[in-house]
Parts: sequence; structure tokens; C-alpha cells
Amino acid sequence: MAIQDPPRPSSPLVPRRGTREPSPRPRGHEIGDTTFGRWMRIYVPVLLMLLVALFPFYWMLITSFKSPSELLDFSQSPLFVIKPTLEHYRHLFTQTNFARWTLNTAVVAVASTLISLLCSILAGYSLARLRYPGASAIGWGVFVTYLVPPTLLFLPLVLLIRELHLFNNLWSLILTYPTFLIPFSTWLLIGYFKSIPRELEESALMDGATRVQALLRIIAPLAFPGILSAAMFAFTLSWNEFLYSLIFMNDTIAKTIPVGVTSELIRGDDFFWGELMAASLLGSLPVALLYSFFVDRFVAGMTAGAVKG
Amino acid sequence: MDTVSRPAQAAQAPFPKSHIRFFEREAPLGFLLLAPTLFMLLAFLAYPFMVGLWLSVTDSEVGMIGRFVGLSNYRFEFLNDPVFLTSVSNTFVYTAVTTVFKLVLGLVMALVLNQAFSLQRFVRAALLLPWIIPTVLSTLAWRWMFDPTFSVVNWVLTHSGLAARGVDWLGTPQTAMASLIIVNVWRGAPFYGISFLAGLQIIPVELYEAAKMDGATRWHQLLNITLPMLRPVLLVVLLLSTILTFADFQLPFVLTNGAPYSSSHVLATWAYAQAIQGGAIGIGAAVSLVLFPVLSIVTAAVLIVLRKQD
Repeated sequence: MAIQDPPRPSSPLVPRRGTREPSPRPRGHEIGDTTFGRWMRIYVPVLLMLLVALFPFYWMLITSFKSPSELLDFSQSPLFVIKPTLEHYRHLFTQTNFARWTLNTAVVAVASTLISLLCSILAGYSLARLRYPGASAIGWGVFVTYLVPPTLLFLPLVLLIRELHLFNNLWSLILTYPTFLIPFSTWLLIGYFKSIPRELEESALMDGATRVQALLRIIAPLAFPGILSAAMFAFTLSWNEFLYSLIFMNDTIAKTIPVGVTSELIRGDDFFWGELMAASLLGSLPVALLYSFFVDRFVAGMTAGAVKG
Repeated sequence: MDTVSRPAQAAQAPFPKSHIRFFEREAPLGFLLLAPTLFMLLAFLAYPFMVGLWLSVTDSEVGMIGRFVGLSNYRFEFLNDPVFLTSVSNTFVYTAVTTVFKLVLGLVMALVLNQAFSLQRFVRAALLLPWIIPTVLSTLAWRWMFDPTFSVVNWVLTHSGLAARGVDWLGTPQTAMASLIIVNVWRGAPFYGISFLAGLQIIPVELYEAAKMDGATRWHQLLNITLPMLRPVLLVVLLLSTILTFADFQLPFVLTNGAPYSSSHVLATWAYAQAIQGGAIGIGAAVSLVLFPVLSIVTAAVLIVLRKQD
């Protein structure tokens, strides 16, 4: 059987037939790097996940553009809009206080985020860098409060907000949201502060800086990615909050988006689906845009929060 | 310019000298910096929590502070309130079942996304959307998708031949619970997935290279490298998510609010129904505090795990 190999450019990388090289066929159940393999490993699961994750948003979108008659017409495929209309959006802005709810939500989210950031930058620095009796216990105490959910607090808070005469006042939310924002952002920032070399700060102290100056001019700028992550989380959690604003805000002009939408676009058993979906889409846009720009930041924040503890 | 003409001195004191030396000592400064945080947490978290404990042993109603009644609110709930007992078991089922699904799906999602492919960044951002979007708003979309007459899910199921008849999603106790679980998993799995992905990306590549040299299959690499290295992230995500799911209010409130026939209440929605809709604040406080022992156990577990990692 002296079939000669055809003469080929002698390359040491190309194994010659008959040598004992591992078979190029994938071993066992391992899926190789063929086109088919890549489709099975990557594209098929990714497309399936995208379909499931995004379908509700697609459904929101097309529902919000359907006319009332088309909305309830399943004789043709409901998955597409035949005659798109802006009727629901117009209705939302002319017949309801949606614009006002958006403003309220934004004001509360920005204010409570700023308060929480200020508190947690100071507290995070104190707990990460300064040595004093009880620091470690207080650090764990702050973490434990992160695990006390609003579900446990909303009833007594009703009494407290009444005593403070803050019903239907945005301050009731601006003051209570930090209770679930501060523990989390403090925890995240402690991780960041600890990762900054002590020497940087100590040399500034040697140069005569006070600790507060060192915090403001050296630590805070270096921890900026962490502060940005904390700000994003805090803003999103405030934007999405529901229980406190459901209970504290009864006047239509005091409501936030989630409360306004569920209490005024649902009347008894009547659901105004067109307006509801239009409002849901618009109310989701700010956080969706924020995250599409900062998704890498978010992932880094998760790593810092979860791994550095 | 001073700093230019006298460089030696400038190097010594680039920061203006402060005279408040007292606060340079670590303890006073430490507590001063903690003060705003401690004030917010004591005033709006610790104090209300204590008031809540007290409310649960009174017969308070909306607009009326009640008198001390001992443990009778708790006794009433456990002995005479079938909806409460249902909501306790629903809360456990909701938490346990969703956690298992989110864990498995999140792991799959992280492993798929950890491969190199184009548009990866876009896919990550898109898959995270369910978790980012306000729960109330996305849950409304699901409620519309589960509509008794105009359910698009049913339309797809029947028109694609996957099911002969549509499912009455929110109409029976079993399907209502299943719907709650589906929406919670849809919303929560991306958080697990992205967190796990972050954990996967810090596993050193050398470990996999060494394993490949030794002839380990992908499956062995997953069991012997990936999962053990992922353990810290996995535990933290698992425990934090358990707490949030256990006390979840928004999703069950918007999707079913107990319907049908108060069969799908969880503790959070039942506490709200009793206290705000029914006016019995004392009873509501007792119902919500039933969450507390379980939350404490989970919290203790989180602390032990985190301390071990330190």
C-alpha cells in the first residue's frame, strides 16, 4: 500500500497522514468549533434568551401603537400593528397627569440618590479607612439593615410620616428611600475604598492634608467608578420603588409613575391597556438608556459588590 | 506664583494647614463621618422597626392607636386565618421554586455569554433589561400578556400548535402561582446571569489551559473549575435574592393581588391587604413580622458566608 502523500509544502504545523495526532473530530459530547457547534453553543441559546427577555417589551411597544379596536381584534395576527396610532400617548399626556408623575419620580430619584451618595461616601470612608472602637460592628450593622426590606417597615412608617405631616409630599419619599439605598451603596463603596492603596492617602497626610481633604482630593476621584456604580444602583432603585409611594401618595399630582399608572389607568376591572403600555414604555426608558450606556460599569459594580464583599 | 518660586516649601505643604486637629484623630472623625448615615438609618429604619414590633401587639387600626393585646394578633393569624396560612406556604413556594429556576437559568446564561461572539455587549445589555425595568411596569405587560380573553401567550401557544387550548393564566389558584413564578424568574434570572458572568470573568484562564492539557472535557472543567471558583459569587447572589424574593411585594401585588379567591397572596400582599385595605394595622404588622425570623436566619447565613470570604 505504497500510496505516497502528494508533495506538499513542508509545514511542521500540518500533521502528515499516519502520524499519531489526535483526531480532529470532537471528543465525546464536546461540541467543537465548527459552524454547527458555534450555532449550538452560542447563537441558538442567545437568540432564545433574547426572544424570551425582550418579548414583553415588544408587546408593550406594539400595544401602545394599536387603536382600541385593533387592540381587541385577534382575528388577524396580534403580533403586528396594522394601523399605528399615537392616540394612547396623546391621551396619556392630555387626559392624565403622566407628565407630572414623571417629574415627581425624577425629582425623588435624583434627590434620594444624592442624599444616599453623600451619606455613603462619608460612611464608607469612615468604615474602610479609620480605626476606632466599634467600627467593624457598625459596618456589619449597616449591612444587616440592607436586609430589612420595606415590607417590614411600611406600616410603622405610615405613622411616622403622619406625625411629620409629610403625606402627599415628595419629602416623605426622599427621606425614606435612603434607608434601602445607603446600606447598599456604603457596602459597595467600602469595597472600592479598600482597594485604593493606603500609601497614596498617607503621603497626602504627610504633606499636611487633613483627612477630609485626602478623602475629597485623592480617595473620591480614584473611587469614581465605584461612586458611579452606586449612583446608578441608587437611581434605578428609587425610580422603581413602589410600596412607599403607593402608601404615602394619594393626591394625583403627588404620585410617581408606578403608582399613578396602576391607580389611575386601572379603574376597577377596566384596564386601559393602550395607555398602560404606553406609560410603561415611557417610564422604562430612562433606566433602560442609563444601562445601555453603562452596562460594563454595572458588571464591574457587581463584581466589586459581590466578590470584594 | 508662590509654588514656582519656592518649590521646596510647596512640596512640604501643597494643602492648606487645618487647625481643627481634634477631628484628625481617627475616632472623632470616624463617628462624625458616620453621623448622617446613622441618623437616617436610626430615624427611618431602626425606629420604625421598633414601632412595628409594638404595633403588632396592639389592636391598632387606621387613624387610631390601639391598646396592648399581647400576642393575640399572632394567635388569631395562625389559628383563625386560612388566607394567612395559604400566604405563608405561597411565600415559601414562590421563593424556593423561583430561586432554583433563576440559579440554573442564570448559570446557563452566564456560561453562554462567557464565550466570545460579536455583538456581545449589546446582547448583555438587552438580556439585563428585564431586571432593570421598573417591576411594576414590566409586570403590567405580563398581566396584559396573561389576559383572560386577549392573552397573546395563549394566541402563540394555540396558533403554533403547542397547545390545543389556551391556559387560564390568572384564573385558577395553581396557574396564578405558576404565573407569579414565571414572571419572577423572567425578571430575576438576568441578575443571576450577569452576576455569575462577572464572577466567571475573574477566573484565571491558566486553570482552564492546565485542565485542557490534562485532557479534561468541558463538562469536567465546569464541575471542577468553574463551579468551585464561582462559589463566593453564587452564595452571595443566592442569599441576597432569597431575601428580596421572600419579602417581594410589587410583583405579586400587580400581577394577582391574591386573586383568584385570595389563593395567591404572599405575606407581603396579605399584610398590605389587612392593614391598608382592611384597616387593621396591628394585624398587618403582625403578618409582615412573620417574615422576620426567616429573614434573620438568611441574614445570619449571609454574614457567615461573607466573613468566611474575608
